[in-house]
Amino acid sequence: METTRLQARIISNKRLTGNYWNLEFSSSQIARYARPGQFVNIRVNQGTDPLLRRPISIHAVKGSKIKLIYEVVGKGTLALSERKPQETLDLIGPLGKGFNYQLPVKPQPGQNIFIAGGMGVAPLVYLAEKLNKPLVLIGARTKKQILCADEFRSLGCTLQLATDDGSLGFTGKVTDLLENILTSTIDYRLSTIYACGPHPMLRAVSLIALKHNINAQVSLEGHMACGTGACLGCVVETISGYKRVCKDGPVFSSRELIW
Amino acid sequence: MVKKMKPDLSVRIGKLVFKNPVMVASGTFGYAEEFKDFIDLKKLGAIVTKTITLKPRPGNVPPRTCETPSGMLNSIGLENPGIDKFIKEKLLPLGKLHVPIIVSIAAEDSPQEFDILVTKLDKADAVYAIELNISCPNLLKDKLISQDAQDTFALVSRVRKLTQKCLITKLSPNVTSISDIALAAQNAGSDAVALINTLGGMCIDVNKRTPKLGPWAGGLSGPAIRPVAIKMVWETYRKIRIPIIGMGGIIDTESALEFFLAGSRLISVGTANFINPQASVEILAGLMQYMIDNKISSLSGITGRLKTCKD
Repeated sequence: METTRLQARIISNKRLTGNYWNLEFSSSQIARYARPGQFVNIRVNQGTDPLLRRPISIHAVKGSKIKLIYEVVGKGTLALSERKPQETLDLIGPLGKGFNYQLPVKPQPGQNIFIAGGMGVAPLVYLAEKLNKPLVLIGARTKKQILCADEFRSLGCTLQLATDDGSLGFTGKVTDLLENILTSTIDYRLSTIYACGPHPMLRAVSLIALKHNINAQVSLEGHMACGTGACLGCVVETISGYKRVCKDGPVFSSRELIW
Repeated sequence: MVKKMKPDLSVRIGKLVFKNPVMVASGTFGYAEEFKDFIDLKKLGAIVTKTITLKPRPGNVPPRTCETPSGMLNSIGLENPGIDKFIKEKLLPLGKLHVPIIVSIAAEDSPQEFDILVTKLDKADAVYAIELNISCPNLLKDKLISQDAQDTFALVSRVRKLTQKCLITKLSPNVTSISDIALAAQNAGSDAVALINTLGGMCIDVNKRTPKLGPWAGGLSGPAIRPVAIKMVWETYRKIRIPIIGMGGIIDTESALEFFLAGSRLISVGTANFINPQASVEILAGLMQYMIDNKISSLSGITGRLKTCKD
């Protein structure tokens, strides 16, 4: 059985920077079956408020340790940030359809382009471990919100950064950076783009990919109630009707989605 | 040695026998396949399918859900493949689960659609019972059938003539007197009533000044609505004789027991399936334990056994 509900022990739960937190738990079951782009659905506490689980994408798997990065944005993630090491975490996973990728036969650095906005770096680090040294573009509002740059570097990835306020790297949108790269070099014409971030960023990535005739896979967020495909709450409009972000995604081909 | 007592959990609706009274509610369990990794489906008393309409329905525009204090709003809008595709593709695997399958149905435009739906389902052996969903708040209608006793009576009596199968009428709490509607369903020949469907509700994003749900309003479910549901079950229990399937915010054994004591013959686990996909079987085990601990041999020992001041 790949997807299960289980009680996992929290190893650590620490603030990374600002509102971003890093949670590590132990689960050999999830470690065995997880794939980049998949998520776990966490019951943040035992009460009924917040009622629903919180879906959080898998950031890294090391042995039986699973790492997550999350942003405290509301009462659910706030409650999660209050959980302590050694406590057990009620979670369901691994869930969803992750990134579709083929292991490169011959390493070709730059064959893949990753583009992340803010928290969107989380699942892409996990994917970077599987693919050979992708070009990684990370964007955020300001320098402090650029996450995981060192993790990508230690995996040998080439990094380009963009901040809205110019406090680090290119001044402007990370999608402008993507457009510049694709326009100025022909090396990336056979690439695949893997993207995760806020919806407007993914929409821009999708348009750029279409313009340059490059395939893009985008990882979406959704308002989920169940996370397992039962409630039909988190649907997104696609060329073949509504599809569930939790079960048919969260990763979709950008051409499949109606933006 | 003390002989170990095993309580009898079986319960009847009309001519049908259910091996236990724990069902899963329509719209919260898909067509069951999403739950087979989590529980042994055979343990359930019955599975109620996602509501089926005559024609396929894409469902409502997202966002379709929104969390509320101890509850959630939904406006899924009865997304479903339509009756013909349901019978062709979903019913066969459901029939192989060896669990009573109750098919929930609704009409989109005209109540006459129920007649066609019932006639089609009447021929299907895998259908154990039919639930008439005349109380979905998410079709964006001004008035629901279950908001009028006469309309309820007319609909149920008409479809009653079309099938011998067990008919369950699902009622809306968005009414002045739910027991009057339940009585109308009983008088029209319904074998049971299921209550409550969701309560109408709305949430607003104050920054955007827009409703949080795509179709502006939806149905409230979860523990937040439980006290409302319990009161409605108790009111209805005192007025009708057909079985009540109680639901509304059942999340654990204790909340299920409240419904039995208020007069439910069976109970249905809904929103809790989203939070804990094993909730239904955990409640079943807890119910069994409660009956053993309290030396209750059958469900008649708890159904409607609420002690009130008058007693």
